[in-house]
Amino acid sequence: MKKVVRGFYSIAYSVKLCRPDVIAAYPITPQTEIVENLAKMYADGELGNCEYVTAESEFGAASILVGASATGARTFTATCSQGLILMSEVLINAAGMRLPIVLVNTNRALSAPLSIWNDHQDSMILRDAGLMQIYVETNQEAHDMVPVAFKVAENPKVMLPFMINMDGYKLTHAYEPIDLLDQEVVDSFLPPYDPPVYMTTKNPLTFGCYAPPNYYAEFRVVLQNAMERAEKELEKAYKEWAEITGRDWGGHVVTEGVEDAELIAIAMGSLTGMVRNVVSELRNQGKKVGLLKIRTFRPFPAKEIKEILKDVEKILVFERAVSFGYEGPVGMEVKSACFGLTPEFYSFAVGLGGRDVPGEEVMKIINEVYDGKVKQGFHFGTVKPFEEVVV
Amino acid sequence: MVMKITLGGVSKPHSSKTMKTGDWGTEYPVVDEEKCTACKTCEYLCPDACIVVVEKEDGKKVAVPDYDYCKGCGVCFSVCPAGAIKMELKEIYKLEVC
Repeated sequence: MKKVVRGFYSIAYSVKLCRPDVIAAYPITPQTEIVENLAKMYADGELGNCEYVTAESEFGAASILVGASATGARTFTATCSQGLILMSEVLINAAGMRLPIVLVNTNRALSAPLSIWNDHQDSMILRDAGLMQIYVETNQEAHDMVPVAFKVAENPKVMLPFMINMDGYKLTHAYEPIDLLDQEVVDSFLPPYDPPVYMTTKNPLTFGCYAPPNYYAEFRVVLQNAMERAEKELEKAYKEWAEITGRDWGGHVVTEGVEDAELIAIAMGSLTGMVRNVVSELRNQGKKVGLLKIRTFRPFPAKEIKEILKDVEKILVFERAVSFGYEGPVGMEVKSACFGLTPEFYSFAVGLGGRDVPGEEVMKIINEVYDGKVKQGFHFGTVKPFEEVVV
Repeated sequence: MVMKITLGGVSKPHSSKTMKTGDWGTEYPVVDEEKCTACKTCEYLCPDACIVVVEKEDGKKVAVPDYDYCKGCGVCFSVCPAGAIKMELKEIYKLEVC
């Protein structure tokens, strides 16, 4: 059923269809309306036996879900930015405890200075946390990925938290026609959560036990193995989703016109749409450019990416984050995946703190790289002239 | 024997009792039984429930630290109103520096 809804609702409605048992949340812009929608559904009696807990902080919300998930409940929360990093201590524990909590992160910049607008600095901070991470391009993709997230997170071969990243404002606040899923479709794809281990009052358990040096390393090896299995299980889930719904969002990566490309532009999230338009326009002008959209960021599909980039002359990454003291995190990952290849490498941090990334800017960057007018390495996109002063 | 790594480090309760944390600290509390008034201030304020007032055979009540779990934070030492607790450096950390 197609309806014109905002990004918030596309997530909330999909979460409802996944029949969650516990939702705990704390409001933060630009996420708030996701959980507001869910709170209304809860108040209207549309969430079945789901418990909806208003937490005192994001740290509290994540902690409530750790407890709930350990009892075998299907759990959901949404957050972003400062809220996500406040949750990080708990989420890293949840990964180690192998609790399949699903969260939506509505990507927002980090303070200071305070910014409520979009970029990817928040989720990149959690790169090494043990959470699966995907980035969606549209609200329909966001809507569709919620059942996929639960399915893979709760897969006994995986058992890891899952973070869906959708760009704050760019997607969350946008009205779009969304083909809302039917309950039967989600039910046929996503079985009830069957936890391999859970605690009850009669069977109390300790999750995330104390591991001295003679035990700890093995737990981390097991976590890495789970991530490696997750790469296959997630791929399978993407395929199954395409078969069931007829909406094929592709695998870990999606490519366009890369076969004969001299330059491949790489993007994640909502920016991909703009890069796609520019790449296709340049193609029409006869320039050999291609697009690589990265959907899955953790586990990182390194082999697939290396295979796609093996013959290309120039790699151009559009970043929405910076690892201060080095360069953009996506570019770092792509370069690492390409070890042994010798393409020219360029990365541009654009759209930081919600700055608009117009097509003209993307066009200018691609053209300059294509024509060899930029030196290799990391750059910032358009910044205004400025002078550093004390006050 | 092959090590068993449980999903998420799940274990039966009370496993923390078998995991002694008494070797974490650098210093350990020593109670002067003459000065101790058995007021229980240390017992109430110890963050790890590691110091308890007990009655000895001669009927005198004194605070006794549990060195199996005490992490050596020194709260008991700093709150003791009678000045009956001092922190001492563990033998293994004593080093002669020339």
